[in-house]
Amino acid sequence: MSRRILGPFNRVEGDLNITLDFADGKVSAARVTAPLFRGFERILLGREALDALAIVPRICGICSVSQSVAAAHALSSLYGINPPPNGQRVLNLIHAVENIADHLSHFYLFFMPDFARADYQQQPWHAATLARFQAQRGSAIAPMLEARALLMRFMGSLAGHWPHTLCLQPGGVTKVVSAAERVRLQQWLRSFRRYLEQHTFGQPLEAIAALDSQAALEHYRQQNPDADFACFLHIADNLQLHTLGRSYDRFIAAPAYASAEGSWSPAGVWHAGHSQPLALDAISEDSHSSWLAGDGPAAPLHNDTVPLPDKAEGYSWSKAPRLAGAAAETGALARGLLRGENLLCDMVARDGGNVLSRVVARLSEVARIVPLMEQWLAGLQLEQPFQHPCPAAPVQQQAIGLTEAARGMLGHWVTLDAGRISRYQIIAPTTWNFSPRDSQGLPGPLEKALEGVTASDPQALQVQHIVRSFDPCQVCTTH
Amino acid sequence: MAWKNKRLLWLQSGGCGGCTLSLLNTEAPSLFTTLADIGIELIWHPSFAEQSLDEAMQLLQRLADGSEPLDMLCLEGAVMTGAAGRFHLLPDGQSMSTLIEQLARRAGQVIAVGTCAAYGGISAAGDNLTGATGLNHSGNHPGGLLGADFHAAGGLPVVNISGCPTHPGWVLETLALLASDSLQAADLDPLGRPRFYADKLVHHGCDKNEFYEFKASATAPGQMGCLMEHVGCKGTQAHADCNSRGWNGEGSCLTGGYPCINCTAPDFADPGHGFFSTPQVAGFPVGLPTDMPKAWFVALSTLSKSATPARVRQNAVQDRIIVPPSLPKKNKA
Repeated sequence: MSRRILGPFNRVEGDLNITLDFADGKVSAARVTAPLFRGFERILLGREALDALAIVPRICGICSVSQSVAAAHALSSLYGINPPPNGQRVLNLIHAVENIADHLSHFYLFFMPDFARADYQQQPWHAATLARFQAQRGSAIAPMLEARALLMRFMGSLAGHWPHTLCLQPGGVTKVVSAAERVRLQQWLRSFRRYLEQHTFGQPLEAIAALDSQAALEHYRQQNPDADFACFLHIADNLQLHTLGRSYDRFIAAPAYASAEGSWSPAGVWHAGHSQPLALDAISEDSHSSWLAGDGPAAPLHNDTVPLPDKAEGYSWSKAPRLAGAAAETGALARGLLRGENLLCDMVARDGGNVLSRVVARLSEVARIVPLMEQWLAGLQLEQPFQHPCPAAPVQQQAIGLTEAARGMLGHWVTLDAGRISRYQIIAPTTWNFSPRDSQGLPGPLEKALEGVTASDPQALQVQHIVRSFDPCQVCTTH
Repeated sequence: MAWKNKRLLWLQSGGCGGCTLSLLNTEAPSLFTTLADIGIELIWHPSFAEQSLDEAMQLLQRLADGSEPLDMLCLEGAVMTGAAGRFHLLPDGQSMSTLIEQLARRAGQVIAVGTCAAYGGISAAGDNLTGATGLNHSGNHPGGLLGADFHAAGGLPVVNISGCPTHPGWVLETLALLASDSLQAADLDPLGRPRFYADKLVHHGCDKNEFYEFKASATAPGQMGCLMEHVGCKGTQAHADCNSRGWNGEGSCLTGGYPCINCTAPDFADPGHGFFSTPQVAGFPVGLPTDMPKAWFVALSTLSKSATPARVRQNAVQDRIIVPPSLPKKNKA
């Protein structure tokens, strides 16, 4: 048996190292290390409940609004209020902008540049991929950044700025939208849609959303060879990316994009072709392999975060969240399966969750959310309130705030004592995906996904593809 | 002005990555075009570089031991000095704080991007169990990782582009000035911040100035009135030009309807009161505008409150204009 330590992984958000053990030339065990700890769960202690709104977005510069949304949801429960419909729609718009921008940053800046590496220069697609997707220099980068910055103008208009807004409050949002602002926002969104349809997809967004099977996806690829999405599909086909990175195929999601009619994307657990309700009391945090006090499963509402840098069995600052003892994967693919998207259900039925299906889930979600944003904008009742007043004091002492970040389920478990935060536990998407082993020895989803991989090349490129297919956010992971 | 390509290394440690993400918001032209235009070669960045794993580690080691030149080092995030550096380890077991110090002592110019890298910021808030500190300051105090006497090889102390997050313009304009050797020690304020944005106050250009003038105050975030008296706004004390240069096109905390929390200040994360409330003594806010004698503030605000137009008073506690400004008599029906 041999051992290889990989790191630092870049083009992921935050810090990541991985230790691989090999047997017969293949990975026999992977250990995923989150090597940075800041301690936000401690930084929050003793503060006024509403102060969470200023602290939690600063956990993460890329999931900043998602952290705010989870806190705002928890605070809505604690204060016993809910946003009016306008407040919910503006929250959804702000959240969607972050999630879409994250999906694009992941695809163009973090994930695709690996295929432009010289390691692939023998491949027939390499020259075109180098020209379009080379890190920092590819021809796709500047137009994407310009489109992204235009979309981000929503944040200047609706949220003051991004990241780290304080506009999301338990009773709604602090910014009302005028008729003139709405037409301005609509024009920016039309321009952004044009970018996606011209560069990313080569087709109307509705045509991408209508792809309902792997055969339809294959037909799309053949018909639109110059679209960036199709370029990826072509590479994926050539490198057989559907055979890489399969994990437990147990998927978990929180509700995303709430409205009076319910959430656009439902909470639930998807396994073996079936979805089930999400039982929050089945979620535990295991600290066995973490440099943290504690060992076996603990309920987040009653758990603490106490660093123990010298803990012998520790190899990560991340805890290991488990659902009824099982490891679960979260992200755009989980959301798509729980919405019953035919394309994703078809792909997972064939090959499970893998590098290909995770990326397809992310990009097809972009095509679905932009039209939703158009509806939310049009649906604003401009003369109605955007926020309800927040009561002077909380009415509850415990609450859970759940949402979906771009990269999956995010939960805040909050306890107050005399109006101040006495406990605040956070389980972020990549805490699920990149968790270490638990007290039963069960590997986390990425650890599982890396087993059996060949990684003898200097760059361990298959490992890099698998890691980035999860779109990890390590600053959220350990917080 | 001598322009030549400067080799810039960007590292992240105890932070959220938000200053990098904010940097991506730069417009016309976008980030990588701008960097090339101002003569900067980004030799490695954790979010954007092609090189990963061993090749990245080897590059960092060559820069740290001086076998490759390093003109500019940007650090984003605090330095984690607690537990002998165990709160941020590199894959070889070396602490990140050790590598940062080696690189800072090699680099021609050292730039702290964001309040965490400059002073410790939110990563050093609360009990700071992790020993988070800034490069050249720990909170308000000179020192930090590199010591109070530190000067980079090029002669400047650490340039502190504080802000949580930083505006992309602050970062890119500082880098452009540094790349063209156009930023001198006198261009930094006593906290090491570039004066081009830190000699302004968030108050300058604030949308709510008329409400401030008449002390027509909001009682909750989202109302149009001034947020200073009741809602924790520190815009009159906060060093930054947020309301004279837009964020994401046209925004600021105040146009977004919520208070400035003075995120360019070293200790903003531990204000000693709730972020959404203003501590008061005898009915007046404790934190008064910078440089203003208290007696004058009390006198002027008492006078201006007595002169507040009904329009301003009524609009202050609404989320939109209820009473528009009146027209000159000749235009009235």
